[in-house]
Amino acid sequence: MSPGIHRAGNALVLVAGLLAAWQALFWQVGANALAPPLETVRFAAELIASPAFRPHAGETALAFAIALFFAVSLGFLIGFTLGASRFAAEVGEPILVGLYSIPKLTLYPIVLLAFGIGLPAKIAFGTMHGIVPIALFTMGAIRNLNPVYLKTARVQRMSRVQAARRVLLPAALPEIFTGVRIGFSLTLIGTLLGEMFAAQRGLGYLLMTAIGVHNIRMIMALTLILVCVAVTVSAVLLAIDRRLHARA
Amino acid sequence: MAHLELRGVTRVFPATATTAAVEALGPIDLAIERGEFFALVGPSGCGKSTLLEIIAGLIGPTAGAVTLEGRTIAGEVPDGVGIVFQEDASFPWLTVRDNIAFGLRQAAGTAAETRARVDHALMLMGLADFAGAYPVQLSGGMRQRVCIARTLVQRPRLILLDEPFGALDQQTRFLMGDELIRLWRDTTATIVLITHSLDEAAMLADRVGVLSARPGRLLDVIRTPWSEQRGSGIIADPRFGAVTARLWQLLREESLRAMAAGGARP
Amino acid sequence: MTPRAVRLALVIGAVLLLEALSRLGAIDRFAMLPPSEIVWHLGRILLSAQYWPAIAKTLGNVASACAAAVVAGVVLGALIHRWRGLRETLDPLFAAYYAIPVYAFYPLFIVVFGLGDLPQVLIGFMLGLVAVIVNTLNGLDRVPRVLTKTARIHRLNALSAAIRISLPCAAPYIFTGIKLAVAYSFIGVIGAELIMARTGLGYEIGYAYNNFDNTVMYPLIVLVLAIAASVNAVFHRWEKKMLARRRA
Repeated sequence: MSPGIHRAGNALVLVAGLLAAWQALFWQVGANALAPPLETVRFAAELIASPAFRPHAGETALAFAIALFFAVSLGFLIGFTLGASRFAAEVGEPILVGLYSIPKLTLYPIVLLAFGIGLPAKIAFGTMHGIVPIALFTMGAIRNLNPVYLKTARVQRMSRVQAARRVLLPAALPEIFTGVRIGFSLTLIGTLLGEMFAAQRGLGYLLMTAIGVHNIRMIMALTLILVCVAVTVSAVLLAIDRRLHARA
Repeated sequence: MAHLELRGVTRVFPATATTAAVEALGPIDLAIERGEFFALVGPSGCGKSTLLEIIAGLIGPTAGAVTLEGRTIAGEVPDGVGIVFQEDASFPWLTVRDNIAFGLRQAAGTAAETRARVDHALMLMGLADFAGAYPVQLSGGMRQRVCIARTLVQRPRLILLDEPFGALDQQTRFLMGDELIRLWRDTTATIVLITHSLDEAAMLADRVGVLSARPGRLLDVIRTPWSEQRGSGIIADPRFGAVTARLWQLLREESLRAMAAGGARP
Repeated sequence: MTPRAVRLALVIGAVLLLEALSRLGAIDRFAMLPPSEIVWHLGRILLSAQYWPAIAKTLGNVASACAAAVVAGVVLGALIHRWRGLRETLDPLFAAYYAIPVYAFYPLFIVVFGLGDLPQVLIGFMLGLVAVIVNTLNGLDRVPRVLTKTARIHRLNALSAAIRISLPCAAPYIFTGIKLAVAYSFIGVIGAELIMARTGLGYEIGYAYNNFDNTVMYPLIVLVLAIAASVNAVFHRWEKKMLARRRA
């Protein structure tokens, strides 16, 4: 049995197990607290098909895309800058690690005060979550580059740009990509969190509204959609990540 | 009754999705007497370590049986067996003293008795000054002594050693060999030593078994003429050369064959 | 100049810059107070004992979430390590876990468990648990085979072997998981408090925000960040020390 099929089989068993647990929990807690899997899936399908859904999903997607763009660009910038110099890395790493570990949700009111309610705040929040892991991993990738690559580039008499493009970047790519993968997930979470507070539109806003009126089916359907999207994208990125690392 | 008996012991590593089945060892027939010092030599990959692990009960033979003191060893490590591995098996999170005392936790006896036994082992292995140190602070040879001490303190009746001095330089090996003989005389345990050094085997053992290239089979068992008062000084004995020459005569072909086959350890 | 000195200088410089910009009016007082005033108000708040219950509540919840995550994580990690089939099935879950917006489950928890402390603690627990499991698995993977064989030679049963050999050997790696659990517990608990709780520091920050009370909001934010950063730094240093002690 090939590893791919094996893995897919495992994933199916896992999903089946989770669904079973969900159903069991529903029987335990009742319809006032949970909606069962089948009903949730049906509701989610209806929701996605409904005309009201698309603008919200689009808003979230837009905010997320812009936030990701900033997180990646700024993250790379910081990562490369710090990675290039040993001293800079030693100065910067504890700061980045510290930033990574603090509850960024606490900074939320500050972000709101700075950007006001709306798209910019959401983007800021998303970027905030994603920028640090991307910077950290990029920095790590550069610092952990095997010095033999640099020496090889110099022996080949490559210009700095050529060396960067043809030798250093491919060598550092696996670790950089891991950072981007993690940054991707965190940016998504950050954007959603932003929407839960600072928006009049978007999936996070829908979730908050549903919480407000205690619409269980809506809460669960939205959660299901969000989880599915997050997991699917994450699985794709993970597959790419694995392939990059296997090649290395 | 022999202390340790192997009858038709065979080990086949089963086929996997990507490789065919590997006949690693056997069949082996061997009887070792109580208190005997038995050495095993053979080319790389012939299955020496596998054989030791089968004797210890760590893995089971695919065919055949191993009996120790009349009882068959079946999938479980029997009482009274100690083993010293080639790799460092000291516990980095315990001091030397605690390392040595590790196996005595379950043993019967008062705390005072345990402490006495550990002290004796420390002294025996020359580790008394390092009782409070951690393995990370010791050299490779010292760490191996900790492992030996930890094994000895439980007074095993059968001691198995898998190239215990492999990581040490030649001079240290000779000295450690002398220590091993001293311990052997003190404890009167049966010892089975695996080594790739023909000198070491010839110098220390009562008998030396020579294994062929994979699948390892016993080509011959050579008896040495030494008394119990042996040691690295045996190098000067005129008969020493004859023993090692005989061993090499048996092994030369096998070693060439093993090298041609890749000689890699399974 | 050592990296630490440069870092200190940068941080002090940033604070001074903020101070200057605030005093000069470049930063609106409505948006943010000067750092000096924030510190002053923080002192006042701490001395007044008014927010001590909230501080105690939050720290208590964080501690509960962390302790639960660590204990459950190590035990589960050890169990999952033994059964390869289980591990292979759960592997995709662990890989995708941190992409899931765990906060999305928060409304569900409130609906099921009510508005007490449990939902916040659960969020913190859920965030930290998988980090501990994954790192426990990693640590147990790295137990040298020779030590596993030694356990069998000493005729230890599975439980004794785990407690006396495998887990102590894996301890430095497990500690990495503990360090992460600490960070995630802070993030989970405080974030949840901000979203929807009725007590705790997160709640107080949200309340102050809604009441436009910068003299309470900013000091509390700074307090939360300071506590989270310090605790994480302590654990980070312990982790480094543990890993160093194993290497010669």
